[in-house]
Amino acid sequence: MKTTAVALTLVAGLVTGACERETRRYQEVSVASTRTEGVPLTTLRAGGGTPEAHKLSPYTKNAYGQAEGKRLFAAFNCSGCHANGGGGIGPALTDDKWIYGSEPEQIYSTIVEGRPNGMPAFGGRIPSQQVWQIVSYIDALAGQVPQDAAPGRNDDMSATKPENRIEYSKPHQTGHR
Amino acid sequence: MPARIQSALDAAGVQAAQIEWLWWVMFWVTAAVFVVVVAALLLAVRRGRSTDAPRPDDRSLLRAVASAVAVTIVILFGLLYASAATGRAIGSRPDDKPLVIQITGQQWWWSIEYLDEAPSQRFTTANELHIPVGRPIVLNLRSPDVIHSFWVPNLHGKMDLIPGRLNTSWLRADTPGIYRGQCAEFCGMQHAHMGFVVVAEPPDAYQRWETAQRQNAPEPTAPQQLRGRGIVERGPCALCHTVRGTQAGGRTAPDLTHFASRSTIAAATAPNTPGYLAGWIANPQHLKPGNRMPATGLNAEDLQAVLAYLETLR
Repeated sequence: MKTTAVALTLVAGLVTGACERETRRYQEVSVASTRTEGVPLTTLRAGGGTPEAHKLSPYTKNAYGQAEGKRLFAAFNCSGCHANGGGGIGPALTDDKWIYGSEPEQIYSTIVEGRPNGMPAFGGRIPSQQVWQIVSYIDALAGQVPQDAAPGRNDDMSATKPENRIEYSKPHQTGHR
Repeated sequence: MPARIQSALDAAGVQAAQIEWLWWVMFWVTAAVFVVVVAALLLAVRRGRSTDAPRPDDRSLLRAVASAVAVTIVILFGLLYASAATGRAIGSRPDDKPLVIQITGQQWWWSIEYLDEAPSQRFTTANELHIPVGRPIVLNLRSPDVIHSFWVPNLHGKMDLIPGRLNTSWLRADTPGIYRGQCAEFCGMQHAHMGFVVVAEPPDAYQRWETAQRQNAPEPTAPQQLRGRGIVERGPCALCHTVRGTQAGGRTAPDLTHFASRSTIAAATAPNTPGYLAGWIANPQHLKPGNRMPATGLNAEDLQAVLAYLETLR
């Protein structure tokens, strides 16, 4: 009986210890993840062929990274144009339409390089670690991350669903209009 | 100047003096009670169950217990009165023209804004509070994230900063000196490193400081300093920090306009010397893991330029 309890505690410890969701990586300047050149922004390619595999954001399954992303989204005034993800001056981020691609790598390059008609380039201003945190939060806004890792409800009143209640919808590429 | 810079038993202000008085009243009264109780206990142990000592009759026993209870009640009421009187004395606001300062506690530093009826006279600094001696200071306390608590043991009692609420408190320093304040409500990973410095100075010295703080950042002259300013304005710093008079206007991190005039960095965690500062900018997560400042990956030359520029922000 006692042995079972000890074993169960150990297993529980291992399970939570290995939990990606709870990891807090405070210092991580991942040079390898800062590639922005050559990121394909569309699935269309001459002659067909298989699209290459995309890299995930290091924070896709990480609650801390997404919470930080949410804080930075407000701090860096992304809402000034994207209005909490609903869109206004800039396109909406909560829907399933993506002009420059929905893959984390593509969102990363959109933030770093900027896009025509208004999106400024933040490369060299926001450190790459923070860009990845913002990327994972944008993914959360569109329901592209596991619901257990997405931020929960706000402390204050909010008109919209909390990010962890947003349902997954299959992204589709619209291209620039 | 008091010997201890963070001690409630070295009062430098009118409220802290009241609190210190209450502390010593509590200490001496309870010490006396302790001595009496231990003496009575030892006496009882010594007498033991020896049969030769005369046994007290019920009447005298009742009298002894009743008087002990009465004395206890009187003492407790006395302490209650002393405590309530102290609370009343330190809580009542002064009516002569106070200086109003808005303090915003955040994870894990303090934003300090000197309010004024004329908006052009307001200015913001961080982690270092300057106050004139003898003038009452009204503190408007706010928090955008979690509950913090503002406490300068040498000057006054604690007051919490609660998200979504405006708490007010006041204090008055009577002895010039440099004191240390500390967040007194657990607020996350770096709670212990959420300190600040209070400089209580004579009114004319304070006036000089205030006038200097209202100015914009001085214009750098040396090429390296100019280069540093360019990096601060166009690099990663400006997204969070403000340097008044330049393009850097971020509002989520401490105002750096007169950064070099402060004595500490990272919320009174380390002294503001070029060595500590270089280490802090190169890797903030080493000195204070979990804090909001990311490593920016500046190369050595850029880092030196930024340091040279920050030195000019007197």
